Amino acid sequence: MKMEENRPDPDKLLTSINQEEETKKRGKLKIFFGMSPGVGKTYSMLQTAHIDLSKGVDVVVGYIESHNRPETSALLEGLEIIPRTKIEYKGTSLEEMDLDAIILRHPYLVLVDELAHTNAEGSRHAKRYQDIQELLDNGINVYTTVNIQHLESRNDTVAQITGVTVKETIPDELFEMADDVELIDITPNVLLDRLAEGKIYGLPESREAAKNFFRKGNITALREMSLRLVADRVDKQLKSYMQQKQIAGPWKSGLHLLVLVGPSKSSAKLIRWAKNLSYTMGADLVALHVENTQVLNEEQQEQLSKNIDLAREFGAEVIITSGSDLVSTTLDIAHKENITHIIIGKSGKQSFFSSLFSRDNFVNRLLKESGEIDIYVIEPGFEAKQYKRKLVSYPDFSSSYKHYIIAFLAVLSTVLLCLPIVRETGYQSISFILLFVILILSMFFRLGPIMMASAVSAVAWDFFFITPQYTLKITQPEDLLAFCMFFAVALVTGTLTAKVRKQERLTRKRAEKTNALFHLTKQLANAENTKKILEVSKEDINNYFGVDAYFLLQDGEGRLKKKQQNAKPGDFTESEYSIAQWVFKHSKKAGKYTDTLSLSEYTFYPLKGMKTKAGVVAIKPKKKFNGETELFWDTFLTQISNTLEHHDLAQQAKKANLLDESDKLYKTLFNSISHELRIPIATIMGASDTLLADSHPEKVRKELYNEILTASGRLNRLVENLLNISRLETGKITLHTDWCDMNDLFNKVTDNLRDELKPYRLDIVVPQTMPLVKLDFGLMEQVLHNLVYNSCKYSTPGTSIRLKSFYDNEYLIIQEMDRGPGFPPDTLPFVFNKFFKTEHKTTGGLGLGLSIAKGFVEAHKGTISVENRQNGGARFTIKIPTKISYINE
Amino acid sequence: MNTDTILIVDDETQIRRLLEITLSASGYKTIEASTGKEGLLMVASHQPSLIILDLGLPDIDGIDVLKNLREWFHKPIIILSVRNSEEDIVHALDKGANDYLTKPFRTGELLARIRASLRQGQTANDTPIFQIGDLSVDVANHIAKKKDELLDLTPTEFSLLSLFVKNQGCVLTHQYILKEVWGYGYVEQTQYLRVFVAQLRKKIEDNPTKPTLLVTESGIGYRFGL
Repeated sequence: MKMEENRPDPDKLLTSINQEEETKKRGKLKIFFGMSPGVGKTYSMLQTAHIDLSKGVDVVVGYIESHNRPETSALLEGLEIIPRTKIEYKGTSLEEMDLDAIILRHPYLVLVDELAHTNAEGSRHAKRYQDIQELLDNGINVYTTVNIQHLESRNDTVAQITGVTVKETIPDELFEMADDVELIDITPNVLLDRLAEGKIYGLPESREAAKNFFRKGNITALREMSLRLVADRVDKQLKSYMQQKQIAGPWKSGLHLLVLVGPSKSSAKLIRWAKNLSYTMGADLVALHVENTQVLNEEQQEQLSKNIDLAREFGAEVIITSGSDLVSTTLDIAHKENITHIIIGKSGKQSFFSSLFSRDNFVNRLLKESGEIDIYVIEPGFEAKQYKRKLVSYPDFSSSYKHYIIAFLAVLSTVLLCLPIVRETGYQSISFILLFVILILSMFFRLGPIMMASAVSAVAWDFFFITPQYTLKITQPEDLLAFCMFFAVALVTGTLTAKVRKQERLTRKRAEKTNALFHLTKQLANAENTKKILEVSKEDINNYFGVDAYFLLQDGEGRLKKKQQNAKPGDFTESEYSIAQWVFKHSKKAGKYTDTLSLSEYTFYPLKGMKTKAGVVAIKPKKKFNGETELFWDTFLTQISNTLEHHDLAQQAKKANLLDESDKLYKTLFNSISHELRIPIATIMGASDTLLADSHPEKVRKELYNEILTASGRLNRLVENLLNISRLETGKITLHTDWCDMNDLFNKVTDNLRDELKPYRLDIVVPQTMPLVKLDFGLMEQVLHNLVYNSCKYSTPGTSIRLKSFYDNEYLIIQEMDRGPGFPPDTLPFVFNKFFKTEHKTTGGLGLGLSIAKGFVEAHKGTISVENRQNGGARFTIKIPTKISYINE
Repeated sequence: MNTDTILIVDDETQIRRLLEITLSASGYKTIEASTGKEGLLMVASHQPSLIILDLGLPDIDGIDVLKNLREWFHKPIIILSVRNSEEDIVHALDKGANDYLTKPFRTGELLARIRASLRQGQTANDTPIFQIGDLSVDVANHIAKKKDELLDLTPTEFSLLSLFVKNQGCVLTHQYILKEVWGYGYVEQTQYLRVFVAQLRKKIEDNPTKPTLLVTESGIGYRFGL
């Protein structure tokens, strides 16, 4: 991969800006760092704290371990000490830092000694550094102390140097993210003097015990390591600073490292080394594990899981994929992820055997085919176990005794069956029959029974068939060869078949995973609401992981809802709920099998969407998920969270859209009304003004008066329309029905529109036998008024306008038709929409008439429709289900 | 007749002014009140011939004023209201109002109804023969003629016609008509009314499908007269 030009990478810039933002809200962490116990970290910390105190800073002591060193204890004087809390666990009582008390007290600064300390069982977090993280999250600044041996990435090296392995480690991230690291440095001689003076360890025995650790050579080495570490840190901070301020420095931006992860301890070391390198280079790290047909034993699985966890802890992006050829799979991923450097371990001495058969060893091949990618080949180290690729893997002795018995019986029965026919076929052919049986058996059983069956059949063949029969003696040399070959072939066949089956099993497992994920994704895509999403999630989780999942969702305001969705069976207790809240707040898992609050029955996982937190899910797993399952579980949860988030956002978008729509409607209405109002008002004012200003001849005056009258009528009509539409909108239409004579109705309407109807030919068609119908006269009058008014507005004078009514099959039918322009066919479905107007020269009016008509008709539980007439014009048909009355005298 | 005094009770200045101008132009004397209380006082002190009463008064509900008045004032009262308040109008008519007008109203209508209401007050005991256009009705003798031709009316039809003729120009609510013609028990049977009106129209109207004499006031009742 080519180096990019010296332009700041926008992504990196964004990250560091975001980081800056984040740090503003978070508390600041200052680490007092030392190469060994006794350099004076706690002492310096207390000194600094006193200086702060004198400046008026609110300092408290969270936890100080003075190790009975009098000088240190003396410094505690004058500082407020938060009392430790007692943790009761299985009968014993231990003292730990009281995290809640400190959060409650919320000082500006708290002193917490021994960053790498492991908390007693029953504490909220397993490690003290997690406690400190929580303090920082709550905006409290922290001073702490730690030695170099406690850093994950340096742990091995220190063990190598001093011969002492320290078990309590902290992730390097913590060190990297600290805002300030102060190195407490003293020369080795001074340190050794202190030891001798008993200033470090009071008791002589302890001094003796520590002698090994405190050798001059060791101390010097440790000192150098510590100095280098701090220098590196400064270097990195400088780079970050330069990046932020857009100073184009000589930085190695755009570097991506890839480290291969395997199931061995040396792999762990490799990961640490890779982390170190990435730290120094300012590169990001990808950890790749390639599954292949090799079956891992329990120990290897455990180690692999640990390694993956370690990689994750270091902040590496973990990729797990499968492939039969390690080299091509690795390079594939490398190219996809734009990897610049690959880190692998030396595979150690290649056995003669494998160098004959494998084309090249892994390292050589990778070197050959890596192209532009740099390869770092690291010596695994003295404690590394060689992880050699074998042609034959360790036998899998996991079959049950039943399989062995069946295999044995199969061989035995074959032998017995063959006994009678050996005279015909000859003993050599029997071997084929036995081989065949082995082959069949290998289709069903694993390697263990197969090996046994091979051995038994070889021996049986020898005993029962090879001459001399019924002895184990082999006289002919060709028989001996045959015997050996038989056994070898049986074994190889069995193994190969078993291998094929293993591969098949693995593929099947992989297919299962893919299917499970596909199924989940499909179900989630089809879920139309939150309830459904959770339903399908629960089902799929149960199917694949075999656990019941309980979901707690956020309530829309960033807090976790108290009740779970579909709350049953058994709600969470208060304490469990508070764990869930913690998980929600910190977006980290907690509960059983985790580092935090591990005494709970449930394990809680955060549901993190791409931008927001969706909630928390709780499960009761029967045992800890291994690394691979955990990763898959993660994928599952990501899918679910994203779907929940997406759904939530879609709801919000819909709401916003709705508001937007009603806003738009409001604007349209507003503009329309103001326009429509202004015109008649202008007319009235203008005409009145003119009339007042001068005296005019009668004809002119009459005209002006008419203008005023017309304009007023127009205003009146407008107001009526608005009132009607608002009645419809607010649902305040109550039907006042009464018996109506259709003639009456039509007359009223046409009477009102007498003037408008003058130029047109009006037809009213009501059959003689038309019964009385129950209608709301006022509403129907308005409906027909609007229809006829429109017809008058748009038809050419002289054409006919017709009103027709009849009763048919329990429906009242009213039709209004004209010979006007009709409606453009593609607008027919929208004719009754609010504000609908056709393009026509005579504008004016709000376009509400038809929608009001529709509303009033529908208030009668009727329907209204429109169609274009064959010879031109429009026809409106109103159908109302109604009672009728024929009353004869 | 031209010295009839009309009391205008309405809280809107513009309406009062408009009415005052219009009525004065037609020769009526007008007095005004802007609240219900004031109106009642003015009725007592000035004894108007007719009251135009707005239903939407600020202090007392128009209906209450009406009820109050009807206990001691028996001259015509015309109520003013807004559109789409048929219920209120019917209620007022039942409580004793003679006629109604909806705002905005046409001057022609206003004057016609005033005339009709004033006449109604006077024709209580007058000539039994009514002449409306080419229709003549002799109430006492049960004779109705159109264009001098005798009309064949059933007893119910004649009662109906008589009622209309006696109250020409004024609106009559459905309930009132039903009560007067059919009796208290029939007050809900509007379908009878419709049918009979239709039949009556066939006999007395020039064009029964476009009636000019017997006009429907939707939601309220009927009005007879030119």
